Amino acid sequence: MLFLAAFACAAVAQEPKRPSPLKPGPEFQSPDVRALQADDFANPGMLWVARGGELWRAPGANGKRCADCHGADAASMKGVAARHPRHDPSLGRLTDLAGRIEACRSRHQGSPDLARESPEALALEAFVAHQSRGLPVAVSTDGPAREAYERGRSLYVARVGQLNLACTHCHDERWGRTLLAEPISQGHPTGWPAYRLEWQSLGSLHRRLRACFFGVRARQPAAGSEELLALELYLADRARGLAVEAPGVRR
Amino acid sequence: MALARLQVSPSVRAGEAVEVRLLVQHPMETGFRRESDGRAVPMNVVNSLVCRLGAVEVLRAEFGSGVSANPYLSFWIVPPASGELVVEWVDDAGVKGRVAATIAVT
Repeated sequence: MLFLAAFACAAVAQEPKRPSPLKPGPEFQSPDVRALQADDFANPGMLWVARGGELWRAPGANGKRCADCHGADAASMKGVAARHPRHDPSLGRLTDLAGRIEACRSRHQGSPDLARESPEALALEAFVAHQSRGLPVAVSTDGPAREAYERGRSLYVARVGQLNLACTHCHDERWGRTLLAEPISQGHPTGWPAYRLEWQSLGSLHRRLRACFFGVRARQPAAGSEELLALELYLADRARGLAVEAPGVRR
Repeated sequence: MALARLQVSPSVRAGEAVEVRLLVQHPMETGFRRESDGRAVPMNVVNSLVCRLGAVEVLRAEFGSGVSANPYLSFWIVPPASGELVVEWVDDAGVKGRVAATIAVT
């Protein structure tokens, strides 16, 4: 009986309490940062979007351009960022937007791999993600993506690092309070890739997640690793219905 | 490649002030940062920026290490006549940038 009770507790701990109501990232930022994100001219992330547009229309290694298949204005990319990360049948695994763009580049353009977090990769990702701005996050966690989703959830509730904290302890139980001078957000990935003032640059969600792992003094999973992809999928499911705001601005 | 954005109303009434907004993509290295192997990253900032309307200089700015990456400028001018608004800048590495927009005074 005791065993059963313990098991029930463990099962409850597996499903963390989700934040309600859902609040997007800018709600936890200062008014000037919010204004910077809302202003399409002053938002520094738009520099990457503009650069991404140039790359979109530039020929790849075999002369084919992204625009040849997808259209010059990339309107066909509308909603794509809201559906990622997703299980990609052609790759046979879970992939985020950056990984999907990379796969498309190598398959159809024969272009050399762009390193994750390189200016070009970020520019293309920002350009594509920007097309989905305002659309609600709608990822699929069923079928082949289910396994990654479960893994993401278990990573989300697992205590890690010397501070022995799990994501859920801050972002589900203590959002709205502060960590030193910094308000704790609900941890929604809707604004990424985002321009982070601390970095003085645009950066990916994986870079931000790695910073969180660093913050609790835990081993940092590599950007693009299965762990971070699974976590990203779980985060996207938590943010279901919130609008994509890429490129966001964060402090 | 120097990427920049310049925003100004394309047409303005004579005697009216118009806002000029400029965003320049630049890392603005302070010279105080070090690589993980201890090597100092050399200072590289946009050290001078000039904005001209036709032949008239309307703004000259000198930046140092205190300006953040991707500097954003906003200022108002009263254009006396139609012309091309040209912004030119140079950084410590000698890389020059230029962006232009046309203003029509009606």
